[in-house]
Amino acid sequence: MSKRTVQFKIYRYDPDKDAQPYMQDISVELEASDKKLLDAIVRLKTKDDSLSFRRSCREGVCGSDAMNINGKNGLACLTDIDKLAQPITLRPLPGLPVIRDLIVDMTQFFKQYHSIKPYLVNNDPAPERERLQTPEDREELNGLYECILCACCSTSCPSFWWNPDKFVGPAGLLAAYRFLADTRDQATNERLDNLEDPYRLFRCHTIMNCVDVCPKSLNPTRAIGKIKDMMVRRAV
Amino acid sequence: MVNRHVVGAHYGLRDWIAQRATALFMAIYTVIFGICALTLPELSYDAWSGLFSNGLMKFATFLFFLSLFFHAWIGIRDIWMDYVKPAGLRLVLHLITIFLLVGYAGWAAQILWRL
Ligand code: SF4
Ligand code: SF4
Ligand code: FES
Repeated sequence: MSKRTVQFKIYRYDPDKDAQPYMQDISVELEASDKKLLDAIVRLKTKDDSLSFRRSCREGVCGSDAMNINGKNGLACLTDIDKLAQPITLRPLPGLPVIRDLIVDMTQFFKQYHSIKPYLVNNDPAPERERLQTPEDREELNGLYECILCACCSTSCPSFWWNPDKFVGPAGLLAAYRFLADTRDQATNERLDNLEDPYRLFRCHTIMNCVDVCPKSLNPTRAIGKIKDMMVRRAV
Repeated sequence: MVNRHVVGAHYGLRDWIAQRATALFMAIYTVIFGICALTLPELSYDAWSGLFSNGLMKFATFLFFLSLFFHAWIGIRDIWMDYVKPAGLRLVLHLITIFLLVGYAGWAAQILWRL
């Protein structure tokens, strides 16, 4: 197989050296085994080792290599290199402070995630083995528990850009519904109270950018709708 | 103190439902109003004011305007919430919006009951 050369345009910013971020034009020759965008970026790093990015599992499980690829958020390790228009433009996730190159500060994102208490609350004494659910009840958690917290969704959400400190964002709300939907959880009321707020939940204007970008094909908008359903059922 | 973010005003759901309910009412009214206007015998001032001399029509139309203004209140407040960061400025904008909309509602009543 002949060697392929791929053109890149990459957002570069090293706060210790650069006064301003800039776009770097660079190309790299790929090996036949390089299939995904992440392979190409790793290859690129052998050429310019100052390029910084996060990655770990390289198979869509850890959620660390989320970035803005040709204008759309996604995971580099799940993106086919041959399907991308060149030059491939890479930028850090929008809306979060840049630490360096493609690495962003996720503090705000995780703060919102933690604010919804992403763990089971059950005050009954723990059973000897496990808390059982019926298969139907367990079914409810499908499409919710698979989230890998890559932040592709929240950083593509205009409501999160404008109010990252107050709006929980699609990832956090999907996680919130994951525990609201769990029959073993006993904090339903507290969880709904926690979100019954013009900012935390109701900043969502159903723009659906989140659904469009989720690399795990999850649907935060639907989860947000179901939280609203629960609130309505509780209130009327 | 400046870094403490305060959220938890418990009116998110109420306004969200109100936004939908007012939209629904406006849609229904628009259909009914369309039918009434199209079935007028002639387009003259007399026919027009005759339509609005009906008490039920006055009532429904006034409700339409109230729905419109309440719907507008939530929508415009959303814009202030999304884009205006300083809380003081936001409060001023909220107040101006409320004053304007309440004024419009009074004006609408005056026009309707004059017809
Ligand atoms: S919902 Fe999807 S896009 Fe959002 S954090 Fe989870 S996996 Fe990533
Ligand atoms: S649907 Fe809601 S959470 Fe998703 S991108 Fe739009 S505003 Fe954000
Ligand atoms: S490297 Fe783990 S999700 Fe891409």
